[in-house]
Formats: sequence, C-alpha cells, structure tokens
Amino acid sequence: MNASRSPGLWVMAWRKLREDRVGMVSMAVVAAFLGLVALAQLGLIASDWQREVATPFAPPHWVGPSTDAVDVQTQSEGAPMLEISDVDPLASHYEAWTKATAQIGEVSIEKSVTRLFGADRIGRDVLAKAIKGAQVSITVGVAAALMATLIGTLLGALAGYFGGVIDDVLEWLYNVFNSVPYVLLIFALAAVFKSGPMAKLFSNGIAPVVIILSVVGWTGIYRLVRAEYMKHRGREYVRAAEAIGVSHVARMFGHILPNVSHVVLVQLSLHAVSFIKAEVILSFLGLGVSMDMVSWGTMLSEAQTELVLGKWWQLVAATGFMACFVTAFALLTDALRDALDPKLR
Amino acid sequence: MNNDYLSVHNLQIAFDMGSAGVQEAVRGISFSIPDEQTVALVGESGSGKSVSAMSLLQLLPDNARIHADSEVRWGGQNLLRLRGDAMRRVRGKEIAMVFQDPMSSLNPVQTVGAQIAEVLRIHAGLSMRQAQARVLELMDEVGLPDPRARARAYAHQLSGGQQQRAMIALAIACEPRLLIADEPTTALDVTVQRQIIDLLVRLQQTRRMSMLFISHDLNLVGELAHQVVVMRQGVVREQGSAQAIFKSPQDPYTRALLACRPGLGAQTQHGGQGRRRLPTIEDLLDVQSSPQANPQSNSQSNSQSNSQANSQANSQAKRNPNLEVKGSTVSAGAASLSDPLLQVTGLRKDYVLKAGLFSRTRVGAVQDASFTLHRGRTLGVVGESGSGKTTLGLMLTRLVPHSAGQIRFAGQDLTALTAQGLKPFRRRIQIVFQNPYASLNPRFTVGQILMEPLRIHQIGGSDAEREALALQWLERVGLSAQAFGKYPHEFSGGQRQRIAIARCLTMQPEILVCDECVSALDVSVQATVLNLLLDLQQDFGLTYVFISHDLAVVQHMADDILVMRAGEIVEQGSAQALYANPQHPYTQQLLAAIPRGFDAGRERFAPGVASSP
Repeated sequence: MNASRSPGLWVMAWRKLREDRVGMVSMAVVAAFLGLVALAQLGLIASDWQREVATPFAPPHWVGPSTDAVDVQTQSEGAPMLEISDVDPLASHYEAWTKATAQIGEVSIEKSVTRLFGADRIGRDVLAKAIKGAQVSITVGVAAALMATLIGTLLGALAGYFGGVIDDVLEWLYNVFNSVPYVLLIFALAAVFKSGPMAKLFSNGIAPVVIILSVVGWTGIYRLVRAEYMKHRGREYVRAAEAIGVSHVARMFGHILPNVSHVVLVQLSLHAVSFIKAEVILSFLGLGVSMDMVSWGTMLSEAQTELVLGKWWQLVAATGFMACFVTAFALLTDALRDALDPKLR
Repeated sequence: MNNDYLSVHNLQIAFDMGSAGVQEAVRGISFSIPDEQTVALVGESGSGKSVSAMSLLQLLPDNARIHADSEVRWGGQNLLRLRGDAMRRVRGKEIAMVFQDPMSSLNPVQTVGAQIAEVLRIHAGLSMRQAQARVLELMDEVGLPDPRARARAYAHQLSGGQQQRAMIALAIACEPRLLIADEPTTALDVTVQRQIIDLLVRLQQTRRMSMLFISHDLNLVGELAHQVVVMRQGVVREQGSAQAIFKSPQDPYTRALLACRPGLGAQTQHGGQGRRRLPTIEDLLDVQSSPQANPQSNSQSNSQSNSQANSQANSQAKRNPNLEVKGSTVSAGAASLSDPLLQVTGLRKDYVLKAGLFSRTRVGAVQDASFTLHRGRTLGVVGESGSGKTTLGLMLTRLVPHSAGQIRFAGQDLTALTAQGLKPFRRRIQIVFQNPYASLNPRFTVGQILMEPLRIHQIGGSDAEREALALQWLERVGLSAQAFGKYPHEFSGGQRQRIAIARCLTMQPEILVCDECVSALDVSVQATVLNLLLDLQQDFGLTYVFISHDLAVVQHMADDILVMRAGEIVEQGSAQALYANPQHPYTQQLLAAIPRGFDAGRERFAPGVASSP
C-alpha cells in the first residue's frame, strides 16, 4: 500500500511558525532561558551562587570600584596609651598559640571589588543569583501552569461535555474559588501549606508555591475549556462518533480534545507567564520559596532595602532577566496561537 | 447596446493569500446589465459569482486585488475607481444590495425601522419624522403585515421571510436603479422562497429597476431572468437571453447543470431497481479537455483524482466480493410488504422550555409519528425547517432521547434498551449528516475515521485486516487509496460526503438515515452522491430514510414519503401517488412552490417578462 501521509497538525503549525520572524526570535530567547534552567538544575552553572566572592555591594565592572568601602579609622591623639598585656590574663599563652598557628598555612581570599553584574549585601555574585533565580522562578511558573491547565482542562471537559448536574456542581466550585479575592486566597493557602498542618508534607522547596498558584489559577482555563466543550459536544462529528458507538471518555479526550488543544496550549503558556510574575509577588511578600533559595522574587525583595542605599544593580539584574523572559514567552505564545489556529476546518 | 445601465469589461479579481500565493477568483469576465431587466449570474460554489457582484460596490475584503484593466462602466464612470464619498453616494442610493442570510445582515441591536430610516436620512436627507413615515410605506410595499409593529421589532422577532422582506425594503428605500440580490432565498424555505421571488419580480417591474440576481439554482433563475450568465471557476461559460440558455444551451457545462438536477414529475416508474441514474458533469463534459474538472477541488491533483473517482463510481466497475452488508440477502426490488424492518408507533419528542421562574412550556418537535419501513426500500421524509424531520432521524438512531412511543427494529423495541444493550443495534442503523464539513473530525486522518468503528465493533481480527477493509470501502465509494493518510480538509464537499458514507458502511448497517445529506453540496456533486447511494442500495439491499427539504431530490430517491409540518406527519403514502395527487393542502403548497424553470416562469410572470431584446 502506498497511501501517502499528509502532514499532521503539529507539522503544519511548525511550518507556519517558522515563517514568523518575531516568533522564531522569541522562541530562541525562550530556548536559551530553558537551557540555562537545565544547566542550573544539573549544577553545571551557578551552583556556587551562595559563595561570597566579592566585597559587599561590589558594583558592576563598568561602574568601577566603590569609593565608600574603605573604613576610615580615627585615632584620638593625646589619650594615654594602655599596654594590653598588663591586664590580659591570657598574655602568657600568646606565644604558644602563635607557634601553633605558624604551622597552619593561611590563604587570604582575594575578594573582587567589582563583578560583571555587581554583588549583593554579603558579596554574592548577582549574575549567579539571577541565573539560579531563573531556574527556580521558571520551574515554579511552568510547573504551576501545567498543573493549573491539567485541573482546568479536566474539570472544564467534564462540565462542558456532560452539562446538567455535573456542570452545576463544578460551576459552584468555580464560583467559590472566584468569589474570594485572589491575593486573599493565596494568603490563606500559603498559611495552610507553609505553616499549617500541611507544612510537614512538603519539604520547604518549591512544591507549596506550585500548589498554591495552580489551585488559585485553574479557574480561567476551566471556563474557556468548558465553553469549547459545550460548543463541540453538539457538533456533527461528535454526534457521528456517538452514532458509531464511541464511548464518552473517547469522545471527550479522543475526539474533542485534539480540536480544542490549541486553546489549551495557548492558555498554558499565558499562565506560565502570569505564574512567573505571581511567584515574584509571593516571594516578595515572603510567602514564596524558602529562605535558603533564590528566585527573582527574593532578589527583588532584597533589592527593596538596597535601593535606599543606592545599590541598584540587583534590582536591574532581576527585572532585566524577568522582562526578557516574560516578553519572549508572551510573544512566542502569540505566534503559537497564530500557528495553531485551526484554519483547517 | 446603448441602453445598458451597467457594463462589466474584463473583470479580473485575485485574492492575495499571503504565503499561500495568489488565488485567482475571477478571470476576465464581461457582461452588461440592460435597463429594467434582470440579469442572472449562475454558477456553483467557487465560480466567482458573488465576488464579481461584491466588486461592483467595492465590498471585497482587503486582500482582494482587482486587475488594472478591469472596468465597470456606469454612467460614464468606472465604478472600480471611485473613492470615498463618491462611492458612498452610489452605495445604497444608485445600487443597492440584498444579501444571502437576512438574519446576519440585519443589525440585531437596532429595530428594523431604525435601520431602514438610517439609509433614508443619509441618502435622501429626510428628517426623522419624514423618514419614519416613509419606512411604513416601504414596509407596506414589501408586504410586511402590520408595518407599525414590525418597524419597532428587532431582527430576531421576525421570521426568516419577514427579515428578508425588511432587507429588501432597506435596499429599495432610496429607489436604486440597480438591485443586486446575492442568493436572496438560499437560506429560506421553499414556500417562503416563492413569496420572496414573487416580491422581487413585482418590485423590479413596478419600480422599473435593473436587477442582478445571483443564484446556484438554474430552475429558479429561469423563472425570473431576462438574461443569464453562466459562470464556472471565474470564467463565463455561456451568456445570452434566458430563452436561448434554457431552450438551446450551447455550452456543455450549461447542459450539464440543466440535466443533473432531478426534475419534478420526470419520473414515471418506481420500484427500486428501475430508478434512473442522474447524468453527472463528467458525463457531459470531456474530462480530458478541461483538466480542472471539479470546481470544488483545491488543487489540480485533487481534481484529477476526484474526476477519476467519479468515473469509477459511474462505471460501477468496482465490485469487491469481500464487501457485503447484512441486508444483501434480500434483493432490493422484491421487498415484501409483510416484512417490516422498522416499525415506529406514536413516537414523540417534547422539548421543555423555561417560560418563567416556575412555569414550563412544552414544544412538540415531533408528535405521534407512526410509520413502517420495509427492507430495501427508501422512505423520504419531507418538510420545511422546524418540521421535526431531523429530530425524527436522530431519534431513529437514538442520538436524541425520545419522549414517548416505540421504535421496533427487527422485533426489538429500541426505546427499551439500555446504553449497553443498544450497542449491537447501533451499527445496524447508521446516519449520514447534512454537512460533510462538520461531520468528520478535522484532526483524524481518513484512515483513522474509517478504522475507528471497525475497532469499536471488533470487525476484522487485526489492525492490518481492518486497514485492508477500510481501503476496500474507500474504493467502493469511489476514492483512491491515496486518501487513506489524508485529513478531511484536503477533500471537496462531495468527497467528504463519500468518506462519511464509507464510515457508515464499514459497520454494515441495514438502515441508513440520510439527513439532508446532499443539501450542502453543489448541484453537480449532488448528482454523483445520489448515484452512489442508489448503487449501494442496489448492491447491498440497504434501507434508506432519506430526509430532505428538496422535493425534487426526494422524488428521485424515495419509494414512500412522509410529509411533515410543525412536528406532525400531515400526509404519507407512496411517492408516485403523493406527487401525482397530493391530498393535504400543505403538500400541494409545497409542490407548487418548487421552482420549475423557464417555461413555468413565462406563465407566471407572463405580461411583465417579455423576451429579451
């Protein structure tokens, strides 16, 4: 049999995407960021972000070393000088200790006075922090978006496809989630997941943040998917599937889902962007990732106090990274929406 | 001719499809519209007839490219060159337009009266009060009952026919000299179509307008046109007076269009096997001389495979001995009346509507339908929109739950079965839907579409065996094996309907419900699909329930007929008797409303429609 195969949905979408220059550039940027995340996850780069490699608040290279770092010792002249050994009860031991320490080699760490992107309060490299922060922020954003999409799509499919009582119950659930103000709901969930009885279930990593964001964020996706399913369940191709005896589950996920997948995918990427921003807000408020981790949000939170002292570089690095990634991701989403739009009826 | 109101010279229009290249829609057509005459532009979908008409008023989308040599002469000016205010003065005032779908052409948030008054205030400079008075006159003229109330109504409060009347009132408000009617009755029922056509002809005569009437229906055009322009794929195939076109058509395409429509009353003998096949376009056109034989196809290769497919189906050469359908043991012609396959008694469907907080009203979509279906015969179900004929078909296939009544199929009451118990019966009663563009899942390949029912009902032992079966059925409905890996959007409407039919046949059904299954197709494609259905019935002894609003098609196909109105069966009987001697007034009305072409038109509008100069 020499039946020719036609290009499927994804091949055609890829062809269309390739013609979109903005889309391709933003895809390259997103891919570069994801590469950074992967490398950081493997510990190949930025694993030593916690080392204090520079003097506190070392500015970026191009600004030059700061001038206010040198301590000025003041001596008051004319005061009577006091020989300390006269009162020091340990004075007799000093000689022995000096001998002992002479046998141990001593390395003096050369702390740099400038870094590429500057250094923070305790001399950590801001570039390394921004890369490590990208790993945490992007992982949180994408994981939360995946989970929210899963919840929203599943519930939306059930409500839209079956309608009736199932739809009513899920609508009530949706309304409950939607009636509580967004930030208040995040606070409430943070209280439960981070310090309540549930806190022990999760290590103090990124899991609670992912759960909080996805539990708060599924509602929009649910509404859209529900509407799509309501539209599609009456379509003739679904009727035709029923006529040949296709089961409910196969009709929901085998027949209808591929036809609404473009909606789901675009929602997924839109939510990834908004969850990255939400993670920043959460961490800024101190409800985000734990203290020993760094994310763009914790960096911004630190930058708040530094800014008063005129140390602006941590703020610039964090916002610059975030702006680049979020913009590229949003543009990529737009290009994806165009590419996946089913002009093929 | 000197008294031409408008003349089109060498009109060429192409659409810039971006990366997909430039698609030519109209390739240099010329025609003219004489004063006070009706010119009909006839063609199938994709012929460029609507695009040509839209270009006269510059209503084309932005990606349309009109060739610089194209010209539309109108009162010493070139309409295609007018810009801004000059064009606005022509639109609505000199040349007005009536569109296909009245529901979507009226603004849903403005009253009908306000919309007609708007055009009067813009073009005639009337005051609000004057305009309102004039609106009532106009609405009276187009035959809207109680104009005062209708003027205050919104579009959704009017019926389809009333909406179209309002659109016509809007179009003639400024006394245009040319009225362009773009398929004005295609979205309407046949009896309403009759009224609208009568209205348009009357207005054209009393107001001494010219009219450009666009339609796919030659019989309809024959009743009202003085001149006919037949278009196909952006080219004029033939033009001339209606007399010449209908009495002695020269172009083979025109002849094909006239021949491949089943005509009313043409049929005399019935009985399953003796049914004549319809001639198709390919029979009448030399396929070799015109490589793009099918107007629907997207590309050259598609077109060739399609015409090849059609000729395969026509020759009936492909008879695969492996394919059999259960009913085939009973020969189609010899259906005995004592052997009812399907017996329906007192079937009803009520929809419950919320009329208020607690009150509910019942709407009977189908009321007490009772009939018997015999093996190997075809039951035609006829009715206008809202008559419940589709609901009836969906209930027979158990896709819509019934409210009361019984469906006895081979001794088993289908209405008493659970979902699980129904499964073995599902495959024995299958349905072909109206719109082949919607009934195939766009994300499945043809192979997946055909193999899915085989898997569900465990026909064929392995996937390889099922694939072979699917390929055989594909061939049987006249498609090549090439189609197996393709997606539905790569096929034309007729080909898609063949795929839908093949999907049903894979399950070897005994009854096939055809729900308006050729209504969405072009005339020439209709003929090939109807021929395929007749062949399949003969080969496999299938029993059809053929649902359609088109009485001519039903007469061609059916042995017995049900006429439905507002959920009720008003008349039933053998096709022959019913068409020869309709008893119920509604059936008589339906039959009278069918367009009958040139001769009937001369009788109907005799004094006004003179033979063209």
